[in-house]
Amino acid sequence: MTAVPAPLAPPRGMLRRPKATSGFWSWWTTVDHKKIGILYAGLALVFLLVAGIEALLIRLQLAGPNGTVLTASQYNTLFTMHGTTMVFLVGMPLATAFGNYLIPLQIGARDVAFPRLNMFGFWVFALGGLFIYSGFVLGGAPNGGWFGYTPLTSSPMTAGALPGHGPDFWAVGLVMLGIGSVTSGVNFVVTILNMRAPGMTLMRMPVFVWMMLVTAFLTIFAMPAVTAALIMVFFDRNFSTNFFVASAGGDPLLYQHLFWLFGHPEVYILILPGMGIVSEVLPVFSRKPLFGRSVVIFSGISIGFLGWGVWAHHMFATGLGPVAVSAFSLATMLIAIPTGVKIFNWLGTVWGGSLRLKTPMLFALGFIAMFTIGGLSGVTHSIVPADTQQTDTYYVVAHFHYVLFGGLIFAIFGGFYYWWPKVFGRMLNERLGKVNFWLMLIGFNLTFFPMHILGLQGQPRRTYTYAKGMGWDDLNLLVTIGSFVIALGVAVFVVNIIFSQLRGEKASADPWDARTLEWSIPTPVPEYNFKEIPLVEARDDFWHRKYTEDAEGRLVKLPAGGSDSGSTGAVATLEVEDGAGGHGDETGGGDGDAHGDGHGIHLPSPSYYPFIMTLGLPILGYAAVFKNPWLAIPGVIVLLFGMYGWGIEPGTAED
Amino acid sequence: MTQPKSRIASRITAPLVVAGLAVLLGACGNSNRQNSLDPKGPAAEKIDNLFIPILFVAIVIGVLVIGATVVMAIKFRQRGGQPGNPKQIHGHTALEIGWTIVPALILAVVAVPTVATIWDLAERPTGPDVLKVQADGSQWWWQFELPNQPMVPQASAPVKGNSATGPVLTSTELHIPVGVKVDVALNSEDVIHSFWVPELAGKKDVMPARTNHVTIEASKPGTFLGACAEYCGLSHADMRFRVIAQPMNEWKAWLADISGPPAQPYTGAIQELTTNTYQCTNCHVFDNVHTINYGPNLTHLGTRSTFAGGTYEVNRKNLMRWVQDAPSMIAMQSTKCRIQPPPPGVICTGMPSFTKNTPPGAKVMTTEDAATIVDYLLKEK
Repeated sequence: MTAVPAPLAPPRGMLRRPKATSGFWSWWTTVDHKKIGILYAGLALVFLLVAGIEALLIRLQLAGPNGTVLTASQYNTLFTMHGTTMVFLVGMPLATAFGNYLIPLQIGARDVAFPRLNMFGFWVFALGGLFIYSGFVLGGAPNGGWFGYTPLTSSPMTAGALPGHGPDFWAVGLVMLGIGSVTSGVNFVVTILNMRAPGMTLMRMPVFVWMMLVTAFLTIFAMPAVTAALIMVFFDRNFSTNFFVASAGGDPLLYQHLFWLFGHPEVYILILPGMGIVSEVLPVFSRKPLFGRSVVIFSGISIGFLGWGVWAHHMFATGLGPVAVSAFSLATMLIAIPTGVKIFNWLGTVWGGSLRLKTPMLFALGFIAMFTIGGLSGVTHSIVPADTQQTDTYYVVAHFHYVLFGGLIFAIFGGFYYWWPKVFGRMLNERLGKVNFWLMLIGFNLTFFPMHILGLQGQPRRTYTYAKGMGWDDLNLLVTIGSFVIALGVAVFVVNIIFSQLRGEKASADPWDARTLEWSIPTPVPEYNFKEIPLVEARDDFWHRKYTEDAEGRLVKLPAGGSDSGSTGAVATLEVEDGAGGHGDETGGGDGDAHGDGHGIHLPSPSYYPFIMTLGLPILGYAAVFKNPWLAIPGVIVLLFGMYGWGIEPGTAED
Repeated sequence: MTQPKSRIASRITAPLVVAGLAVLLGACGNSNRQNSLDPKGPAAEKIDNLFIPILFVAIVIGVLVIGATVVMAIKFRQRGGQPGNPKQIHGHTALEIGWTIVPALILAVVAVPTVATIWDLAERPTGPDVLKVQADGSQWWWQFELPNQPMVPQASAPVKGNSATGPVLTSTELHIPVGVKVDVALNSEDVIHSFWVPELAGKKDVMPARTNHVTIEASKPGTFLGACAEYCGLSHADMRFRVIAQPMNEWKAWLADISGPPAQPYTGAIQELTTNTYQCTNCHVFDNVHTINYGPNLTHLGTRSTFAGGTYEVNRKNLMRWVQDAPSMIAMQSTKCRIQPPPPGVICTGMPSFTKNTPPGAKVMTTEDAATIVDYLLKEK
C-alpha cells in the first residue's frame, strides 16, 4: 500500500494540540479507548455509590410502617433518582466501559473507529449526569419517576402536578445522555463491523463483542423514541404544546408507548452486555468452550429483535383492550425461549468442566441462578391477569432487581474481578473477592426475595409509607437489613480496589489461562494494544495457541509457541502496514510516524474538542430549563467552537 | 465418582427449597385485606386460579435450574490445585432443539388459559343486575359516584329521594352489595391513577379523558382495602380507599342515607364558618346540593370510617387536627392556597393549612371554630 498523502494545507486547529499522554490532564483529552473505558467505569462506580446511598435512605424510610426518615417529597425524589441513576448513569455506562476497553482488544484492533467521538460520548455522560444532579441545588431534583409518566411530568409548572424544575432537568438531562449513548452505539457498531483483525470473522468474534453489537444496535434504535417523548414532555411543560393534554385532544398514553418502545429494549441494552461477560467468564473458568456458542449468539440476536415487540407488557393495566393485550402477552412468552436457551447453554458449558471457583466464576454462577429467578418472574408478567395484580407492586421491583442487579450488576462485578488484572496490572484480592461475592449474594436475596411476597400481599411501589397492620412490617425490615448487607459487600469491593492498588499481587499477561485476544498482549496493555495485528485462525484464537484436543476431545496443552492450526512456530500475525486493514478514518491514515515506542504505529492524538463541544450541551440545557435565551448564546458558541475545531483538526497530529 | 458430593449438595439445597416454599405459602395465609393471594371475589379468584399453578411450575423450574447450578459448581470444581483437562464439548444439536422446544411447549400450555382469562375478564357485565359506579381519581383522593336511581336487584322499596337530581357522590369508601357485579367506570381529573382492590380484582389505570372499566364483585361481606397503584405525585402513597361489601338491604339503606340531605340543617353558624370565614365551600359540599368536586363531598362524612385517602380514622381528634392543619397529616402542595383563586404560579393540590401560612386578611382558624366544624361533620350521618 502506498503512503497516504498528507492532508492538503494541514489545518492547524484553533487550539494547540494537547500533548500529555499521562498524568491528570491527559484524562481530559485522551482518545485512547482504554483510558475512556476506565473513565466510564470510574464515574459509573461513583454514581453506583450515590444510587446505593439513595437506595439505603429509601430502605431506612420503609424499614417500618409510617416511617419518618424521609418526607414524601424527598422519598419521591430519591426513588426517581435511584432509578434514573442506576439505568442511565450506572448500568449503561458500565456496559459502555467494558465495551470500550474490551471490544478493540477482543477483535484485535488498536482503537475504536471514532476515538474523539468516543471521548465525546464519555463527556456527555459525565456532564449529563452532573446536569441532572445539579437539579438538587438549582430549583428541583427530578421527582416524576424514572419512567416520567405524563401528564404528571408534562403538566406545566403552574398547573400543578409536579412543582419545581425537576421534570425539566430530568427530560433535558436524559436527552443529553441519549446523545452520548447513540454516539457510543454508532462507534461500537462501526468498530465491530469494520475493525476486526484479519481472520476474525463474525462467528469467531467473542460472545461479549457479539452482545455489545446487539446492544449497540438496540441503543441506536431505542434512544430516538425516548428522545422524542422527552422533547414532547419538555414542550408540553414549557411551551404549552398539548401532546399529552387529554382535554385538548392529546393522549397521555402516547407517552407510555414511546417510553416503553425505548424502555423495554433498554432492559436488553442493560442485560445483554452482562450476558456477554458471563459468556466470557464461564468458559475460561470451566476450561471448556462455550456450549452451543452459535446458539448463544443467535439467542442474543433474537432477544434483540423480539425485544421490540413486547413494550406494551409494561402497560397491561392501562386498558389497551384484549386483542393488544393478548398479542403482547404471547410476545412476552416468546422472548422467554431464547433467554432460557442461553441459561441452558451456560449450564452446558459448566457441565463436565474443570471449575476454578474464583471470584469472577462465582459471580457468573450467581448470575445464572439470580437471572433465572428474574426470568421466571418475568414470565409470570406475561400472564396478563396475574400481571394486573402484580404490576406497580413490589413483585415487579423484585423481578427487575433480579434481572438488573442479580443479572447485570453480578455480571459486571464478575467482569471487574476478571479483567481487573489486565486493566490495572494487579490482581484483586481473592479472599476479599469471595467475601464480596457472598455478602452481595446473601444481601441481595435478603433484600429482593421478600419483595416478591410483599408485592403479592399488595404493597404498591413508589409509596413513601405504608400503614401499620398490613402484615408487611417484618418482611420490610428484613429487606432493609438485606440492603445494608449489600452495602457491606460493595464496601468490601471498594476496600479490595484500594488493597489491590497498594499491595495487590502483580498480574501476568494471562493470569486466568484465558481464551480471547486481550490476554495475548502484555499487562499493562500498551497504548497501541497490539504490536502486530494478530491473524485470527479460530474461535478463542488465543486458547488454541495454548491448547488442542486429543482424539477423544480432551484438552491437551501445546508446547509453548505451538499452535494447533497447522502453522508451526511463532504466533501468526499480520505485518502492519500503514492504514492497515480497514481501520476507521481517524485511526488509520497518517504517514507512519511513531507515537508510542517506535513500532511505526500511528495512534489518534488527544484533543480538547470533545470536551469543549460537550461543555456547550449543559449550557444549552440550562438555557432550556430556565427558558433563558441569553444563556443559549454562550451554549451555541461553545458548541460550535468545539464542533468547528473538531472538524478542522486532523484525527492524528502531524507532529 | 462424584456421587457423594452431589448428595451433599442436595442435602444443602433441599432444606433451602422447602424453607422458601414455606415462606411463600405462609404468605398466602396473611390477611391484610389488600392481599392478592387472598381473593374474595370472582375476578380475583380467576386470576389466583390462573397464577398459582403457573407459579408452582415456575418454582419447580427455578429450583431445578438453580439446584443444577449449585450441584454442578460443587461436582465439577477443581480439586488439588491442578487444572483438569476436561473433554471439550462444543455443543449438542439435539439438546439445543430440546431445550428450545420444551420451554416453548410449556409456554404454549400456559398461553391458552392466559388468553382465555384475558378475554373473560375484559368482558363488561350487562343486564339489569349490574350496578354501574363511577370512580374518579384526583390527586390524592377518590370520589365515587353512584347512580341516583341505581339498579336494585329484586327491588321493591324505592330508594329514598335525593335532594339533587345528579348522581350520589361519596369519597374514599365505596359501598357495594354482596354478590352483585359492579361495573366501575374509571376517570381521572388530573394525572394517571390506578384503581386497585387486590382481593376483588386486578388493577386498572385511571386515565384523564379516557374511560376504563373494571368489574368488581365481592362474594362475601367485608371491607377490602384498595390503593392507587400508579405513581401520581407527592402523596401517591396516601391515595388509598376501601370497598365495603354489604348485604343488599344494608347497602340499600346506606345508599338511601347518603343520597339524602344532611342530617342537620346546613344553616347558621356552620354555614357562615364554612362558606365565608374559611371558604371550605370552594372545594367541598356540605349539603348534597352543589356539585363542586375539588374536594370530597362532606355531606355524610359521619357515615364513613376513614378519611384523607383512607389514611386516617374518622374521629374527633383526627378531624380536629385535619381541619386546622391537614398538610401536617398528609403531604400537600397547598402552601399558598388559602387565597382563592391562588396567586399566579402557585400550585394548589390538596387542602391548605388553616393555622399556618395564613395570608393577610384571612383568619387563622381558632380551636373553637374547628370544634364547631368537626362536631357538625361528625354528626353528619
